[in-house]
Amino acid sequence: MIPQSFQYESPGTMADAIALLEKHGDEAKILSGGHSLIPMMKLRFATPEYLIDINGIPGLSYIREEKGTVKIGALSREAEIEHSDLLKKHFPIFADVTKLIADPQVRNRGTIGGNLAHGDAANDHPAVMMALQATVIATGSGGSRSIPIDEFFFGFYTTALKQNEILTEIQIPVPPAGTGSAYHKLERKVGDYATAGVAVQLTVDGKGVCKAIGIGLTNVNPIPLRAVRSEQALLGKVINSENIALAAQFASEDCNPSADLRGSEEYKRAMVAVLVKRMVLKAAERAMGK
Amino acid sequence: MNKVITVTVNGVQQVLEVEPRTLLVHMIREILNLTGTHIGCDTSSCGACTILLDGKSVKSCTILAVQANGKSITTIEGISTEGELNPIQEGFKENHGLHCGFCTPGMIMRITELLKDNPDPTEEEIRWGISGNLCRCTGYNNIVKAVLYASAKMRGVPTASTEPEFV
Amino acid sequence: MIQCKTSKEISGMGHSMKRKEDVRFLHGKGHYIDDLKLPGMLYMDIARSPYAYAKIKNIDISEAMKVPGVVAVVTGKDLEKYNLHWMPTLMSDTQMVLPTDTVMYQAQEVAAVIATSRYAARDGREAVKVEYEVMKPVIDPFKAMHADAPVLRTDKPGKKDNHIWHWEVGDKAKTEKVFKDAEVVVKQDMYIPRIHVSSIETCGCVADYDKVNNHLTMYMTTQAPHAIRTVIALVAGHVGLSEEKIRVVSPDIGGGFGGKVPVYPGYVIAIAVSFLTGKPVKWIEDRSENLQADSFARDYHITAELAGTRAGKIQATRFKVLADHGYTDASANPSKFHTGLFSIATGSYDYDTAYMEADAVYTNKPPGGVAYRCSFRVTEAVHAIERITDRFAFEIGMDPARLRMKNFIKKEDFPWKSPTGWIYDSGDYHAGLKKAMEAIGYDALRKEQIEKRKKGELMGIGISTFTEIVGAGPSKDFDILGIKMFDSAEIRVHPTGKAIARFGTKSQGQGHETTYAQIIAEELGIPAANIQIEEGDTDTAPYGLGTYASRSTPTAGAAAAVAARKLRDKARKIAAYLLEVSEDDLVWETGKFYVKGAPEKSKTIQEIVFAAYTNHPQGMQAGFEATHYYDPPNLTFPSGAYICVVDIDKETGAIHVRRFVAIDDCGHIINPMIVQGQVHGGLTQGIAPAMYEELIYDEDGNILNGTLMDYLVPTAVESPKWETGHVVTPSPHHPIGAKGVGESPTVGSPPAIVNAIVDALSPYGIKHMDIPVTPFKVWKALKEKGVV
Ligand SMILES: Cc1cc2nc3c(=O)[nH]c(=O)nc-3n(C[C@H](O)[C@H](O)[C@H](O)COP(=O)(O)OP(=O)(O)OC[C@H]3O[C@@H](n4cnc5c(N)ncnc54)[C@H](O)[C@@H]3O)c2cc1C
Ligand code: FES
Ligand code: FES
Repeated sequence: MIPQSFQYESPGTMADAIALLEKHGDEAKILSGGHSLIPMMKLRFATPEYLIDINGIPGLSYIREEKGTVKIGALSREAEIEHSDLLKKHFPIFADVTKLIADPQVRNRGTIGGNLAHGDAANDHPAVMMALQATVIATGSGGSRSIPIDEFFFGFYTTALKQNEILTEIQIPVPPAGTGSAYHKLERKVGDYATAGVAVQLTVDGKGVCKAIGIGLTNVNPIPLRAVRSEQALLGKVINSENIALAAQFASEDCNPSADLRGSEEYKRAMVAVLVKRMVLKAAERAMGK
Repeated sequence: MNKVITVTVNGVQQVLEVEPRTLLVHMIREILNLTGTHIGCDTSSCGACTILLDGKSVKSCTILAVQANGKSITTIEGISTEGELNPIQEGFKENHGLHCGFCTPGMIMRITELLKDNPDPTEEEIRWGISGNLCRCTGYNNIVKAVLYASAKMRGVPTASTEPEFV
Repeated sequence: MIQCKTSKEISGMGHSMKRKEDVRFLHGKGHYIDDLKLPGMLYMDIARSPYAYAKIKNIDISEAMKVPGVVAVVTGKDLEKYNLHWMPTLMSDTQMVLPTDTVMYQAQEVAAVIATSRYAARDGREAVKVEYEVMKPVIDPFKAMHADAPVLRTDKPGKKDNHIWHWEVGDKAKTEKVFKDAEVVVKQDMYIPRIHVSSIETCGCVADYDKVNNHLTMYMTTQAPHAIRTVIALVAGHVGLSEEKIRVVSPDIGGGFGGKVPVYPGYVIAIAVSFLTGKPVKWIEDRSENLQADSFARDYHITAELAGTRAGKIQATRFKVLADHGYTDASANPSKFHTGLFSIATGSYDYDTAYMEADAVYTNKPPGGVAYRCSFRVTEAVHAIERITDRFAFEIGMDPARLRMKNFIKKEDFPWKSPTGWIYDSGDYHAGLKKAMEAIGYDALRKEQIEKRKKGELMGIGISTFTEIVGAGPSKDFDILGIKMFDSAEIRVHPTGKAIARFGTKSQGQGHETTYAQIIAEELGIPAANIQIEEGDTDTAPYGLGTYASRSTPTAGAAAAVAARKLRDKARKIAAYLLEVSEDDLVWETGKFYVKGAPEKSKTIQEIVFAAYTNHPQGMQAGFEATHYYDPPNLTFPSGAYICVVDIDKETGAIHVRRFVAIDDCGHIINPMIVQGQVHGGLTQGIAPAMYEELIYDEDGNILNGTLMDYLVPTAVESPKWETGHVVTPSPHHPIGAKGVGESPTVGSPPAIVNAIVDALSPYGIKHMDIPVTPFKVWKALKEKGVV
């Protein structure tokens, strides 16, 4: 399997990269970790004429906290996210999710920016970002703009990014004390894309009442899905089995999975319900410091 | 348009001209004739092509040769001198960690990084750590054993018996 | 502990000698096919059909020829001029090399692009434009058997249906009677799905035809180089290639498992192109091609029935098979054995009545089938008997271990004649199962299960006690295209007492370079370290049928022992001469002959060999060499007792294999470390079809999982930590009492796993699950029973 011929550009600055994108228009594609793009090029599902490799642009890989926001540079590799102490401190969900993304070698290359920009509902980060209510920073010739994650995913492999924009940063609000997060996906074997995946972040007060919640679903909808009704079933309520069951039921009703080799539509809906239940419980346990 | 790249391969700097689409694994195998790095799939699934790129284990079938420009590469041929086995290679030999040997170079390159990051891994950590490398022959038991052996050896603690254990 | 007769220095049988072949692999210095580069070599890539069944209206190669570097595009019409567009299969069916008018399965080869580089060949392949007229394929084998099904093999004159052959064995009338009178009859349909060996190295070759000398060297990934040479000579004789001008070299092989037995069209095209261009031609298939077009394994639809008494005595079995062979019967079986050795399906149990029948059918799927680490359909047989035995136990409410113990053939009854006519050589099934039960703590597990069930938790314990049949085979019955299935060894000992030995087999990872040396070391007392083993080059190795079906140790291993014994006889003569005593006065002790009653008077094997070149008795041939072609008197019958424990997540259907104990009986053990390694590997290739792997086609014949993204080869995470052990009942007819082991675990483990899963689900009335048992299938079954 060998890609079709293309021209390769390796700009050293953002400005150069954006200029190249503008110059080549739809014929150009950005190359980050390359672990979604190059496989598609090898199969000749993707045949760009120009590859704009942004790996040589300095300053796109970092994980830092600034004024109540954690900022992750788009070129941060999965392996860096997996081992980041800062992320571990605020978001146990990242350790859950990265372990389940592909395998160690892929995680050494794949970037969080690429994972989101790819716009694939089978990828795991979109659901996580929804649960965390992240904001995506896109940079173009006119500067940067913020895109709330809920407005980021459009359709199959399409996002709110414009052709001449580069995803440069992900911003996540640092949650208050009493917050916990968790992710799990069912997979046919390790490294597989999800049969169904559920990301949850929630905040509880001393009485076990849910003060804030985000729930994102992986690979059970044409585009990454935020389980809004499920969130509402718990928001402001005590996290008990009854409310959790309702949240689980809503998620399984609101997603729109398609039958494939991983299972029937019915199975996937059922799995969404099971996972919502389990991840809410796990996130709640973590929130309460258990 | 071909590109001229500079790559340090197993400690030796090389200047090469490649097509942009040349996969790193093809550069290694066909241009540099380092055939110890293998190809087992076309979907980045098997790990037979694993090498170290600036010390990180990567699947060289999913990286372009031009992306290695200015970087250093280590392949199976570069981890020990001929006639000697490093502790990981030794672990494989002593514990029968290979049958046909086709997955072995990729496994060893992956394990090289695994043990650098985690010098004393549990069995579970080893299994997850090599989950990007398929082996069709060994059933993995003895690969895990080989890694435990190498880990002990590298940490300077006594290695477990390499005799097969039977119930 | 395994007893060794030789010292560690000699490392004869029973020593866990570290493998001699490892060092080159550990340094990345193996020589696999794709590592070979010859001057002026061309590269071949193959355009394939996107459709399962279509007429080819036109192949336009003009764009492909314009691609820089492309030198030729070869189609079926080109090959037809030389009558090379078709070839015979091992089962005497016919197979297209390249189609001239119709494609019969998706991914079938359509045109070969030859170029000066791999990349150019691939670009050329993309540029080949083929116009198809798509036809409605026949995918379902049952529909293919219908009287009104369209006839697929219109190339076969007079063919009026899709039926390939019918086969039967056993006493039909008697079986019917026993079934009619039986207290208990259980019946189960089961499907053993189409799977793929998927060795990590795919197939490939470099065909190197030298026009000046009219000589072909064929480097290829083959498990059977000699047979391939003969086949090439038979198929290409008419273009002037005769067998002495053909050399087949099988380099290091990155796993075979049966997938590297057949001759694939790519090999033949590469030869044809090299023949026409006079240049070496390399063809290396990629993984998708390997999965989608190379021979599959299994694909047996089985109806299994068992008749027995309420008290748990098995009285008779009956099996009916529909075998889906795809477009042509390209099975890799001994020629007279349509269903391979399926007739071993009567199992490890003592009863005398059975009947089996099978029909094979053509469909629009790739042809096959090969063994997938199995001796010719034994996996299908074992699955059928071990599943139906468990069904029987469940039906009468008897513990499946007790039921098996009650029905096993007794140790003292061997050799034992099976209802289908096999003579089982030896075994101790009771000892094997007892050992497995003790190792896993069977009784405690059953108690734990009771507790778990009270809490609604799903835990299952599954058993498989199987008998294999390997080592094909006695030449009176076994041949491949007429060539008898013997195997060979040639040993040459050099003057300084070091040796080289060559074989007709071909290791693909089994460790022949070590184990054969150990066999010879055992017999001659020459350190195994000093015995070089060579295989895979038809110019140097003696003729043999190759390595598959666990036959290397039973046949070539035996040949090595017998050849070494011939040398020992010669050594005795030389020793007698050197020590000036009569041969009868000499006693052999590993590595030397000494004079009876005077052990200080002795000659070491090294001294004797030296004398064979420097001071041999007059009238005796100089040198120290022997060759033996071993024709086994019978097959060998390895057996095993496997127990598996699973825990199932009721809500998701996720299955966790908690423990797996495998007790094997492969007779005398040559190298315990290697045997154990083979068992580990085979077990992972058992859990694979049991829980993960299946080639899936839609009704249009499109493969739905033709890459390793979706064809789920287990990783180290899915593969449990295997626990293994053995009992030893030597094969009485084998020179070293060995039986072969490489495949037992693949054959024996799937039913243990499925039996465990079904056991876990049995409280809800679930009696059977078809493999691969996935979480989805488990969930669906529970759902149907209203459990989730
Ligand atoms: C074997 C295998 C298994 C995998 N399993 C999983 C899994 O289980 N879960 C999972 O989530 N993922 C999985 N992946 C995908 C992997 O995580 C990818 O790395 C990821 O989807 C894309 O990130 P990347 O950096 O590699 O992006 P690339 O492949 O470089 O790019 C992907 C797409 O995004 C665009 N793009 C990339 N970066 C930017 C940017 N900064 N701005 C704008 N556009 C950009 C590219 O043009 C391209 O279209 C798997 C991949 C492989 C090979
Ligand atoms: S060749 Fe399989 S992952 Fe690279
Ligand atoms: S040893 Fe053969 S694939 Fe691992």
